[in-house]
Amino acid sequence: MSQPFAKLPAWADYGLLPLINLIVAFLVAGLVVLLVGESPIDAAILMVKGAFGSGDGVGYTLFYATNFIFTGLCVAVAFHCGLFNIGGEGQAYIGGLGVALIGLGLGNVLPWWLAFPLAIIASAIFGALWALIPAWLQAKRGSHVVITTIMFNFIAASIMVYLLVGPLKTMGSQAPETRVFGEGGQLPGLGWLLNVVGLNMRSAPLNISFLLALLAAFLVWVLIWRTKLGYEIRTMGFSPKAARYAGISELRIIIITMMISGALAGMMALNPIMGAQHRVQLDFVAGAGFVGIAVALMGRSHPAGIVLAAILFGMLYQGGAEIAFDMPNISRDMIVIIQGLVILFAGALEHMFRPSLQRIFQRFGRAKREPAPAVIAGGGQ
Amino acid sequence: MAEPAIELVGIDKRFGAVHANRDIHLRVEKGTIHGIIGENGAGKSTLMSILYGFYQADNGEIRIDGSAVKIPDPNAAIALGIGMVHQHFMLVENFTVLENVMLGVEGAPLLKNGIAKARAELKRLEREYQLDVDPDALIEELPVGLQQRVEILKALYRGAEILVLDEPTGVLTPAEANHLFRILEQLKDQGKTIVLITHKLREIMAVTDNVSVMRQGAVVATRKTEETTVEELAELMVGRRVLLRVQKGEAKPGEIKLSVEDLTVRDSRGVVMVDNASFTVRGGEIVGIAGVAGNGQSQLIETIAGIRTAVSGRVLLDGQLIDITGAADPGELRDRGLAHVPEDRHHMGLVLAFEEYENSILGYHDDPLYLNGPFLDLDAIQADARKKIEKYDIRPGDPRLKTANFSGGNQQKIVLAREMERDPGVLIIGQPTRGVDVGAIEFIHRRIIEMRDAGKAVLLVSVELDEIRSLSDRILVMFAGRIVGERDSDASEGELGLLMAGVEQQEAAE
Repeated sequence: MSQPFAKLPAWADYGLLPLINLIVAFLVAGLVVLLVGESPIDAAILMVKGAFGSGDGVGYTLFYATNFIFTGLCVAVAFHCGLFNIGGEGQAYIGGLGVALIGLGLGNVLPWWLAFPLAIIASAIFGALWALIPAWLQAKRGSHVVITTIMFNFIAASIMVYLLVGPLKTMGSQAPETRVFGEGGQLPGLGWLLNVVGLNMRSAPLNISFLLALLAAFLVWVLIWRTKLGYEIRTMGFSPKAARYAGISELRIIIITMMISGALAGMMALNPIMGAQHRVQLDFVAGAGFVGIAVALMGRSHPAGIVLAAILFGMLYQGGAEIAFDMPNISRDMIVIIQGLVILFAGALEHMFRPSLQRIFQRFGRAKREPAPAVIAGGGQ
Repeated sequence: MAEPAIELVGIDKRFGAVHANRDIHLRVEKGTIHGIIGENGAGKSTLMSILYGFYQADNGEIRIDGSAVKIPDPNAAIALGIGMVHQHFMLVENFTVLENVMLGVEGAPLLKNGIAKARAELKRLEREYQLDVDPDALIEELPVGLQQRVEILKALYRGAEILVLDEPTGVLTPAEANHLFRILEQLKDQGKTIVLITHKLREIMAVTDNVSVMRQGAVVATRKTEETTVEELAELMVGRRVLLRVQKGEAKPGEIKLSVEDLTVRDSRGVVMVDNASFTVRGGEIVGIAGVAGNGQSQLIETIAGIRTAVSGRVLLDGQLIDITGAADPGELRDRGLAHVPEDRHHMGLVLAFEEYENSILGYHDDPLYLNGPFLDLDAIQADARKKIEKYDIRPGDPRLKTANFSGGNQQKIVLAREMERDPGVLIIGQPTRGVDVGAIEFIHRRIIEMRDAGKAVLLVSVELDEIRSLSDRILVMFAGRIVGERDSDASEGELGLLMAGVEQQEAAE
């Protein structure tokens, strides 16, 4: 009798509630658009058209989504262990070094289909190692990962600036970036995939890392819900006391989880570097590590939810760019505000509508006299 | 006859599909002690939460002193003269008694005048009801019994005429409980009305004038206490005849299975929690550790189970040393035949967010039986969980149901099934029936006796003295971290109670 509210059925919990949050976010964002003197409806049409209206639009949307899937998974895996890894940004940045290692070193030697697996491994290892230190500090010393990972973002940024304006910069160039990778360091695009559904992609950088991201999402699902390690991670996440009782080593699980998390963030670097720019540029992560937090929150740390949330944020990025282009009153920063509102409502204020929705369902449930408790097993477990 | 102090008319409350209170009619006469008894989940707490304004009833009416009232929140309840003493105290630990009593009714932005007034009023209350507490003592330095007295004072300070006590004796020694009952009698004599919620039949018989029995959300009977018996009440609570005494044969103690020598445990702040404890448990016997909660029992069993580390001492399992200084691994101890039913079922013994089958392997998830390489063998785990569900009559019998949705008794059965079915040599059980309904208690007690009769060594820790006395073959009493005495199972309650309160230590040490 200790539960004050009725439980929501799964479809409402995972579908309706995020939808309501999203709608409210867009309504408030619409008000902001109205305030600067543009029509919110036009802006909305522009955004959806920009994101999905053309082959290139879709290509860009999914290209951005690829980044967010990786960083979203990174945050989600740590979440399941009760860790808040907000260092995805730095881990992805350092992961870029792994990609550079392969792209610069072997791009001229190997074909892409040999270089790609090596780059995957290298980026994952670099990202994982960057997460290892905060993980060790947390497990051994109790230094909170929130603090250490965010500090490590700054350290990563400094290291990368140093490398990209120094040792890694092309001779004689003014740009803080590496030279362009050889053939083998360039991933094939996915234009053919869009062709299948009748879309024509000309310049969008959507590439094969998108498929890798989907595969990673599936593997994370397997890891979390189908393996012994995932079982231990979840036990630790729900109740460290129960984990201790069950003989699960806190040190081992925290370190392994954070390294998996960091590896996922590190692999994000493949998409912009090997897939699009074919070189390492300054600030190529561009905030994707932080967007990953919102994506994981919105996707309820479930890979399927994360893929959907990542596509939504991909749409905001791509469609937002279109709005900024077509509506002079709306600058690039306005788009960031709109994205911020979505994060606020979908992530941070997630519980704002829950109680009232639960009340409505409670009343509705009573009217219907449901015979069985509305308990449905969560997610895809 | 005067108007009743409380009259509930047709109170009905649902939480989703759960019908917590069904059409409840209840009259509590002024100046009486009215007991409300029922199993966990019978709806007692919900009903009182409605009376105190935590929840709103879907239907029905509350009448206080004959007039219908609305109680939208606890403030309204307080204004109507209803005071509540919660099971878990709502006190600020590092405030003094006085500060706690006046918290929320300070009276003015500056504390000075309020404190003076509160002090005078507190003095008066203490005199009137003989509730002696030092108003300047810090709560954290007071024993539990006195903390409870502060809760009662808090309610009286706010002008309570009706006092609701929710399971008030769970944390008290028998002596403290008796003292509490004397206080309640006194309050009654002064004209206060008292509602006592409990699941202990003995308390009902000892102190109440009337008793209402709740079952599955409904009040199934109201009796005058002097006209009813423990047996009748138990039957009304459960809905069938129950065996209140545990039936067990002679113990046949065998080899020493578990041996604890000079064990000393400190908590993270360096406070000694277990002080030089030594004892043995033989196969085929149940050794019970009695004591008021917080006297080191938890730390003792957690150390033996490898969850905590000790400062010094030795623990031997089947004659083999257990490393208790830091490297102990609960998983390894399980392999060596030590099963542990932890006291804290909700945070340690189970992961409530897990589905039932996931909890059925907690701690044993390394067993190749449940694994396919690195993958969980879900079919095997669920088949195994189903078997246990059947054998232990866990309801509802669905291994895919979230553990949080099982009742306390069924959650406990999930843990027991997991630990007992591994055929351990030594079984450590903490609070086997805390928050468990009467029907399940009977079952759990029987299983524990069966384990003993199968030659297992059972170490039992419980704050329910009745439980210790009826199950144990030998009883150890813990006080302030020390084992202050050992008694046979036929030791009187009074004798054990004194030991539990730390009296008679001299004799006990002999």
